[in-house]
Amino acid sequence: MNRVTVRSLLACCFALLGAGHGAAALAARAPPAKVVVQDPFVDLRSGPGRGFPATFSVERSASIELLRQRTDWIKVRTEGGREGWVHRSQLERTLTPGGAPVQVAGPKPEARTEHRWEVGLATGDFGGANVVAVNGAYALTPHLHVRADVQHLLGDYSNGWLGTAGIAHIFAPEWRVSPFIGIGGGVLSISPKATLVQAEDRTDSVAYAGIGVRGFLTNRFLLAGEYRSYVVFTSRDENEEIDEWTVGFTYFF
Amino acid sequence: MDRGLHVLLLTTLAVAAALPASVLAQVAGESSALPSQQPQVVEPAVQRRDVEPAGIDTENFEVGAFIGTISIEDFGSSLLYGARAAYHFTEDLFAEATIGSSEAGRTSYEDLSGAAELLTDSERRFTYYDLALGWNVLPGEVFLGGKRAMPSAVYVTLGAGSTNFAGDDHFTVALGAGLRVLANDWVAVHFDVRNHMFDSDLLGESKLTQNLQVNLGVTAFF
Repeated sequence: MNRVTVRSLLACCFALLGAGHGAAALAARAPPAKVVVQDPFVDLRSGPGRGFPATFSVERSASIELLRQRTDWIKVRTEGGREGWVHRSQLERTLTPGGAPVQVAGPKPEARTEHRWEVGLATGDFGGANVVAVNGAYALTPHLHVRADVQHLLGDYSNGWLGTAGIAHIFAPEWRVSPFIGIGGGVLSISPKATLVQAEDRTDSVAYAGIGVRGFLTNRFLLAGEYRSYVVFTSRDENEEIDEWTVGFTYFF
Repeated sequence: MDRGLHVLLLTTLAVAAALPASVLAQVAGESSALPSQQPQVVEPAVQRRDVEPAGIDTENFEVGAFIGTISIEDFGSSLLYGARAAYHFTEDLFAEATIGSSEAGRTSYEDLSGAAELLTDSERRFTYYDLALGWNVLPGEVFLGGKRAMPSAVYVTLGAGSTNFAGDDHFTVALGAGLRVLANDWVAVHFDVRNHMFDSDLLGESKLTQNLQVNLGVTAFF
């Protein structure tokens, strides 16, 4: 199987999975874009990282082809056929043949308040049970996010799943560290462990109110800690209250 | 006289007020008329191409499979296989999701006593998932012979997940380290070591079990 077939297969799989990021670009590959170097020179490095040695330099006014991008590094080819990796920041000071500045995908400083999608992983404690959580959020405004969480609960006596949806208010999204609050509701499904006396699985509705802090580690990467107070609407006479603490990281696109 | 002076004053004022405006209008009229009188020599023939290299392939996703061996505490070592997906945030940090599956062997007790089976066959299946954050702690290059240099990275991972073993789900913390070597621009070979730690009370008292995994994997960037 040649490379193109493998790549289109991967693209199909990925599109089917619903992630979509980059899949469209893969399916319809445009010829490599050419840009003109505007800096006095641009260093080509042997690998996509700041520690790799510069093996070649391209002078101002030379034309280079952009081949692929990995994180903040772009692989380029010179007219003489040499290949190497250039950092985004240098490429953004190059021009397209039409004279427009090159737009390279990646975070800008203002992205803290302009992004739309966030995805995060977290772990913590839900009323004594361990938590493995995946969450996603969509920013309606920089301050107001719609959020969904799926949590796997692993306790000593029972396991379960918790799915919630809610809204979160970020007080100061432009700050390096910002507090946030959230409310929402969802479904909690608990299965007692097999080794215990016969107890039935149960599924109940829940509602929560939470408060947390999030802080940027880099431009698009943040750490978040959250406390939530859940009310479980049980079929018994009294509702159950459960506290949850989680810590995790979030990345935005 | 008084009336004549008044008229003269008003006329002067009116002329003074009107004059600058009309003069300005005339000057402006002349200057705006100028270019149209001269024929245009060069037509701007620049066609702006919107070549936004948004078409550059961003290859931050990595998916692949691995095969190796896992030492399940008290149950011997077994063949392990699984799949791995990662997203690279920066050149330093990535998130990784792995799933793996193995079949636990027999404990020494089961072998020696020859009778009592501790677990049924289905309970011996060992499956896990793990969500981790990884850090490329030692990026560099691997040299193969005198002509080939391949980008590489030694990374460490810290993850949390769940292991299904002996008919139960266990919260699992996984510590790992690995070496990733890029065979070409989009294929990577991984050598990983990972320790899955979870509490188990299978053999009477509850204890933290250490389940060490060693594996080789191949992934593709896209």
